[in-house]
Amino acid sequence: MSTVTNNLTSTISQTNRRGFLKASAGAAGLLLGFAWPEKNQLAAQFPPPPAYIPNAFIRIGKDESVTIISPKSEMGQGSTTALSQILADELDADWSKVRVELAPVNPQLYGFQGVVGSMSIRTLWTPLRQVGANARAMLMQAAANQWSVPVAGLRTEKGFVVNPSNNARLSYGSVAEAANKLPIPTGIKVKDPKDFAIIGKPVQRLDTRAKSTGKQSFGIDAKVDGMQYALLSRSPVFGGKVASFDAAKTKKVSGVTDVVQISNGVAVIANSTWAAMEGRKVLDIRWDEGSNANQSTPAITKMFTELVSQPAAKPARKDGDAGKVLAAAGKKIEAIYEAPFQSHAPMEPMNCTAHLRTDAAGNVTGCDVWAPTQMQTAARDIAAMAAGLKPEQVQIHSLYMGGGFGRRGSVDYVGEAVEVAKAAKVPVKLTWTREDDMQHDQYRPAAMVKFTASLDANGLPAAVEAKVATPSYGFENQGVPGTAMVGLQDTLYSIPNLLLTYQGGETGIPVTYWRAPGASQNTFFWECFIDELALAAGKDPVEYRRAILKGSPRLLATLNLAAEKANWGKAPAGHFQGVSVLNHVGSFNAMVAEISITNGKLKVHKLTCAADCGHVVNPTILAQQVEGGAVYGLTAALKGAITIDKGRVQQGNFNNYDMLRIDEMPVFETHVIPSTEAPGGSGEISTPLSAPAVANAIFAATGKRLRKMPFLNKDLA
Amino acid sequence: MASIKFNLNGKPQNVDAVPEMPLLWVLRDVLNMTGTKFGCGMAMCGACTVHIDGDAVRSCITRISNVAGKSVTTIEGLSAVAGMADGAHPVQAAWIEMDVPQCGYCQSGQIMSASALLTKKANPSDVDIDEAMRGNICRCGTYNHIRSAIHRAAALTSAKTGAKA
Repeated sequence: MSTVTNNLTSTISQTNRRGFLKASAGAAGLLLGFAWPEKNQLAAQFPPPPAYIPNAFIRIGKDESVTIISPKSEMGQGSTTALSQILADELDADWSKVRVELAPVNPQLYGFQGVVGSMSIRTLWTPLRQVGANARAMLMQAAANQWSVPVAGLRTEKGFVVNPSNNARLSYGSVAEAANKLPIPTGIKVKDPKDFAIIGKPVQRLDTRAKSTGKQSFGIDAKVDGMQYALLSRSPVFGGKVASFDAAKTKKVSGVTDVVQISNGVAVIANSTWAAMEGRKVLDIRWDEGSNANQSTPAITKMFTELVSQPAAKPARKDGDAGKVLAAAGKKIEAIYEAPFQSHAPMEPMNCTAHLRTDAAGNVTGCDVWAPTQMQTAARDIAAMAAGLKPEQVQIHSLYMGGGFGRRGSVDYVGEAVEVAKAAKVPVKLTWTREDDMQHDQYRPAAMVKFTASLDANGLPAAVEAKVATPSYGFENQGVPGTAMVGLQDTLYSIPNLLLTYQGGETGIPVTYWRAPGASQNTFFWECFIDELALAAGKDPVEYRRAILKGSPRLLATLNLAAEKANWGKAPAGHFQGVSVLNHVGSFNAMVAEISITNGKLKVHKLTCAADCGHVVNPTILAQQVEGGAVYGLTAALKGAITIDKGRVQQGNFNNYDMLRIDEMPVFETHVIPSTEAPGGSGEISTPLSAPAVANAIFAATGKRLRKMPFLNKDLA
Repeated sequence: MASIKFNLNGKPQNVDAVPEMPLLWVLRDVLNMTGTKFGCGMAMCGACTVHIDGDAVRSCITRISNVAGKSVTTIEGLSAVAGMADGAHPVQAAWIEMDVPQCGYCQSGQIMSASALLTKKANPSDVDIDEAMRGNICRCGTYNHIRSAIHRAAALTSAKTGAKA
């Protein structure tokens, strides 16, 4: 059996053997509070755990270590730390003894295992508090039994059960084994939030030290005994297939051990990643390029333009009768906005390590997969399909991710690695180069929206029609692709006649979730168009939003706080401001951008964010997410675009698809509104706000309305 | 194949490798030292930064044959080469104190670039930091925290030097 040099997760059978503490899985609660519009579809697709299984979340060692087993994987969003805080607080653990492991894939224990939709905290808040409280009750009962006293008089204190009547103390580690034999209690109350000792505190992330010393293993660092290194040559045109290939030159490259064909291309296997790269350079493949061979960005723009010019198609939201009001309107405001494809470009390129286990006769009996994945259950299922096994014969070892941003919610790279390992009959690590990653991504879709609006006598919106053209993917909402409409469909603005329609727009280019899917481009469109309406009404952009957010106090409060903290209307000489707001993933967020333009060159000086994310578990991590999310959106607003020519992506690396760098980073302020509401998401709330806030500030500076991302210096004049 | 001798994290190292193989892949695939990361393969992102004779260098475009006879320091040896316990190098101490990493993948390279900067400029200005660090991409957006941590590391270093004086 092969071993791995990484610190991998233990299996549940191993944890059982060690006799760890039982804990309630919170069973059916796992998806409660899920507030994405598609919650019905997701609950059906990813059911909660069907039954209670012990030992799922907490392991207390005799050495007093408290190991939290996180059902969610870690891509930098900090949820392994924040989820541990929730459990540890209800457990009344000593935080200095807490460490975290990533759970194996096991829907029976953990329900839906994926990190998407900024869901981890808001879906696990309630069940994990109960798990922690139940575990604490069992430890107290075990101590009560040992002391032969009623449990009612006992309390806990940082890893100890205490008897106040005689000051006797028993450590959690000393009673964990006895507690493990007790039945799971029912009716245990969770803490009053005023008693929280770890929740709400800016405790250090559990992964900070490892990530500052080079010790944190990521997916790409996996190593298995006998492992070979693989690269895959994929069709340069999306959807193309291998027609034929000649590997003669490749096989002569030093270190290359094999060349195999799989469904998605031809893989070069070697004794190092470098040798596989060298071998792939001289691989001669003829491709059947398929139906996308003539696709291009200009053709896609032309198609979108035609689609948004056609009559309103299927409505995603219809309030009042916008068509009637607009037909009767004297003055109409029209605008067309556009956004390009974007790559996710996480710093760790896609990769996966796979090992197929065989019996003496050479039959495949199981499969181990070491994957940096946002979607553990889907990774298991695609691995099973590729290996020709049942899902339960596949073991997914979730490894830390060097960024995900939605890319690692797709599991194409897992299926490829298993196919290569199967074809080559050796354990392989399949690594994607940066070019592979950028040219074979599943992109943020290109999109276009046509707005038509009219104002009432007070200058407020009387009617707005928005027609969206963009490729479909993911979930449906109101009978249209939900991801196409997020950021528009859920607007909180008071607009009596509102018609939002999905006009279609399939392109043949693979697309998927990209940090704040849908909202990341739609908020740019919508929040800039709102500024256009404010201009037409002769109103200040913040004042205008206040007038149409009267019915939405939480969003209005973030707008007011951001405006106050950014000194709205009082920018220094030569600096200009723009604003944007968004309600998304159960949270509320507003941003003010401050910019200047000198000699035709844009500089973003400062971004000021105000956020209401409900009850905050870790303020440091929340601030990291708000700031980091905004930078991700700012890069898309200012830097690159993925463009298509002859069915191929024209960019390949950071030389022609650059990222925001430290010298372009604005001053950043995050102001959090204290709240006792249920936690909302945080990882995606600010990403959509950067582009519209900056574009609105550019308008304030230049009078030029930029309706297309990215905003390049040449567009400012 | 060639046999190449160099100094790695303060100790003699001998590897047999194709002379063209970049140092990055020698470290990761031959020597199993995976703290140094692959990001772009063309010196555009800084994830693979190591020190060669004290300078910050992109190991993804540095042939192993060019490393012969030189001293290489990686993230794994940064503190030890400075005679400190692991993680105690002032740059790492500041990174830990200020909770800089998010996903953490770029941070080995960020720390190696920052520590090379501080050996040349004990008290770098923001412009110095921009120049030294703009080759290191962070997709999680930790740049302001990196900047603060570099200033903090400079303060920790001068406090230590001051205490000795």
